[in-house]
Amino acid sequence: MYVMHEICSSVKNMKQLDFSVLVRRANQIKEELKQGVKKPYRELIDVSWGDPHRTGVKPLSFVRQVLAGCLYPQLLESNRLKVDVRQRAQRLLETCAGGSVGSYSDTAGLTQTLKKVSEFITRRDGGVPSHPDSIYISPGSQWSLTNILNILVNPEASPKTGVLVPAPSHCVTTQSILGLGAEVLPYYLTEEQGWALQVEELQRAFDSAKGVCKPFALYIINPGNPAGGVQSRKSMQEVIKFVSEKKLFLLADEVYQECVYGENVEFLSYKRVLAEMGPPLSETVELASFHSASKGLIGECGLRTGYVELVNLDPSVLKLLDNLFSTNSCAPVLGQLTLDLMINPPQPGDPSYPLFYEETQRIRTTLIQNVRQVFEVVNSLPGFSCQPVEGGVFAFPRVYIPPKAIQKAKEVGMEPDTFYCVRLLEETGVLARPGSEFGQKDGTHHIRFCIMTPQHIMEELLRRLSIFHTKFMKEFS
Amino acid sequence: MTSEQDVNPTVRGIRTPVNLQALAERITEQISQGEQKPFERVYDVSSGDPHRVGMPPLTFIRQVLAACLYPDLLKDDSLPVDVRQRARTLLDVCEGGSVGSYSLTYSGIPLIQKTIAEFITRRDGGVESKPENIIFSSGLERALSLVLHLLSGGEGQTRTGVLTPVPCPHTLPMQLDEAHLEQVSYQLLEEQGWALDLAELHRALRTTRGRCETRAIYISNPGNPTGHVQDRKTIEEVIRFAASESLVLLVEEVFQDSVLGQEKRFVSYRKVLLEMGEPYSKRVELVSLHSLCTAGMGECGLRGGYMEVINMDPAVREFINILPCSGSPPILPQLALGVMASPPSPGDSSYETFMQEVLHVERTLSHNARRACEFLNGLPRMSCVPAEAGIFLYPRLDLPLGITEQAQMLGVEPDVLFCQRFLEEEGVCVGPGCENGQDDDNFHIRICVLAPPAALEEVLTRLRSFHLRLLSSCC
Repeated sequence: MYVMHEICSSVKNMKQLDFSVLVRRANQIKEELKQGVKKPYRELIDVSWGDPHRTGVKPLSFVRQVLAGCLYPQLLESNRLKVDVRQRAQRLLETCAGGSVGSYSDTAGLTQTLKKVSEFITRRDGGVPSHPDSIYISPGSQWSLTNILNILVNPEASPKTGVLVPAPSHCVTTQSILGLGAEVLPYYLTEEQGWALQVEELQRAFDSAKGVCKPFALYIINPGNPAGGVQSRKSMQEVIKFVSEKKLFLLADEVYQECVYGENVEFLSYKRVLAEMGPPLSETVELASFHSASKGLIGECGLRTGYVELVNLDPSVLKLLDNLFSTNSCAPVLGQLTLDLMINPPQPGDPSYPLFYEETQRIRTTLIQNVRQVFEVVNSLPGFSCQPVEGGVFAFPRVYIPPKAIQKAKEVGMEPDTFYCVRLLEETGVLARPGSEFGQKDGTHHIRFCIMTPQHIMEELLRRLSIFHTKFMKEFS
Repeated sequence: MTSEQDVNPTVRGIRTPVNLQALAERITEQISQGEQKPFERVYDVSSGDPHRVGMPPLTFIRQVLAACLYPDLLKDDSLPVDVRQRARTLLDVCEGGSVGSYSLTYSGIPLIQKTIAEFITRRDGGVESKPENIIFSSGLERALSLVLHLLSGGEGQTRTGVLTPVPCPHTLPMQLDEAHLEQVSYQLLEEQGWALDLAELHRALRTTRGRCETRAIYISNPGNPTGHVQDRKTIEEVIRFAASESLVLLVEEVFQDSVLGQEKRFVSYRKVLLEMGEPYSKRVELVSLHSLCTAGMGECGLRGGYMEVINMDPAVREFINILPCSGSPPILPQLALGVMASPPSPGDSSYETFMQEVLHVERTLSHNARRACEFLNGLPRMSCVPAEAGIFLYPRLDLPLGITEQAQMLGVEPDVLFCQRFLEEEGVCVGPGCENGQDDDNFHIRICVLAPPAALEEVLTRLRSFHLRLLSSCC
């Protein structure tokens, strides 16, 4: 009898995702392709993650050059790397203890990096001040989100803690919430209005907690994942008024803030909107904003770095949060330095600027083109529709799965959109994620795929998807 | 507004860290701003962080990682050919050929799992390790945290307890707090070179009856901070104890590469367990932890670690596999671990340089450990058990009454006060033993002795100066 058999009960709440079934099959197919098994396609297109390097987007040269220089400072002794690269690497190494990326930093992060992050935030927010003491750098934004939730959620509490979470929303947060022993209260975004948030729906979700749990926090993703909407200032103000009224802690996941495409669309941070609403709201609403080096044009998911900024927290609560963060030594130093590069890119006049500009422009142009293509292609197919993607790196089109297919899915014990994704994978080698994992209105089905891919990959993907979709709809008509 | 009372009681229960390191940083910052201090620079030797005080990294590792990060370097002839080959092999197994992608599974990159498993098998004289039992993490603490959380449960009398050595690694107590685990202390025997005593294990376990449900025992071997190396006989005793009391073995073995002198040999818990045969080899649940923070590598800031799980419930193992992958460990440290497990071989272009650098670390550590131990034993009211391995010395202090009284008045632990004043007056940061779980009047400090010898001399000189001054002012 195993001692570790009796896993902590909350941890048991985290469910096995359908997606792992898809991943396993995808890996098998990869093996089969390697061994020369004949398939209607030569390679997989894996757009199931928000992982641009996986799909073939190239990393930014400046970033990689500086990091290489930090890792192996001998590179800085020759002229192999441009002078601004060398200077930046030198400067960054000076901020590391012992001049090495192998030393620990302080728990919250390298002092200089924290300072730079706070300056970046202030700049981004039109002057709204930010202080290094309210910022924690972490190995990935999810880690700091889980820690904040850990503060707010008491697994032994009765009634349970509740967290309002958007539907659709990426599943990692939902899993974290369940794993901590709290309840998830979904609030449904309005698909027909570009996945807009309605305050009445927030109210409904809040009210649904009666007798079930006590709502403590509201989690919001802006720009959305997987729904690609970007909130207007007005909408954000409504959310802020709502959380103030209901005394909810606002958790603002803003990791996709670099990825905004809409023509008249602008990303505004919750911190800025809150500050500009003035007192009393600006001084009382509790807010945690999350950002990451994984998302955006820099796309360095594998380096795993993010940060959280805290606003209006009770100092004694901040102290406890500090203790909690101290249970892990520090975020990887290379990742911390990557943050610095993300927020302080080369400027016009720097030797690296032309290449940097060219690379980022290429990614940006590709993204805008991809977004447009997806919108056109998907909306031209019957039984398929897609809201305009204003931000983020995903498309979340709706699939109008026919009743016969729904029936078939039931027979094989799958969600209808999982069934769709399984068939899509088998027949076309495209790996997307089923909407059922993200939360969606009953009776609706979606798939999610990453749109941050090289252009030729997106074209190929849409080609395969169109053929498959038409065939699928015909087969089950 | 969320107040302290609203916060999760488990989080409220996490002890406040002493964090002299932050004070050390602040003082360094002040010096750089031109503030006058009685010393020119700060030496922080409180953590196992050799690069901090000037130990160099291993060239091969850094070259390979740099090439992985910036593959343009592969076209460069200035990098040795084996470096370029290794980088190519590693990049091939990264998604999209980039270290910027996520790993496919929560456990990590399969090729690296295989490399580690092969390393373990070789190290343990052929006792086979399976790649699927290797799980990577962003630093040893994260791997340990995962396991601690899986063990955690219950409240009050049913709360899970973990047998924990005193002294233990200084990061451990807070981790136990965070996972809501009861720390059940078992005293290591200073008079016997910090050996583990079976009778003491039994005694500690007996105290938990009715207090908590002890389900695991934590071992650090070679000991952090004690430097003690357990012999096979002790390891077998512990394993039998764990078996009879149904305890999971959590074994941290980071200093395995730094055994000093010829008398003792490191032998891994898993090797002993598997060689004991059944029923132990099939029943005892063991988690072995390792990381990049070894003496040779010292790559603490890269944050890379792994655990090997033996006899883990398959359902639990599977559960770890399906954890959301964006919790997955960073790629670069996994590659670093892979290189650590598979260094250059004789004949490779980098082999000579690599061996020179490794030998340099070994000699420095050996020299420093001996020098520092003699030095400390030569100071009044201070005694130090020689380290058999690892990078710390853990001397005992007989603190004068003046300090203990002052500490009481200020509401801090006496050893913390000693370390704080030492830092403020002499610019050296050492670790107070209370962080290592020492909670009686048996005061200790921990000092990382893996440093350039000149730096160590400076640290020792300042320690003597402070310590003698303290004694003369208090006595």
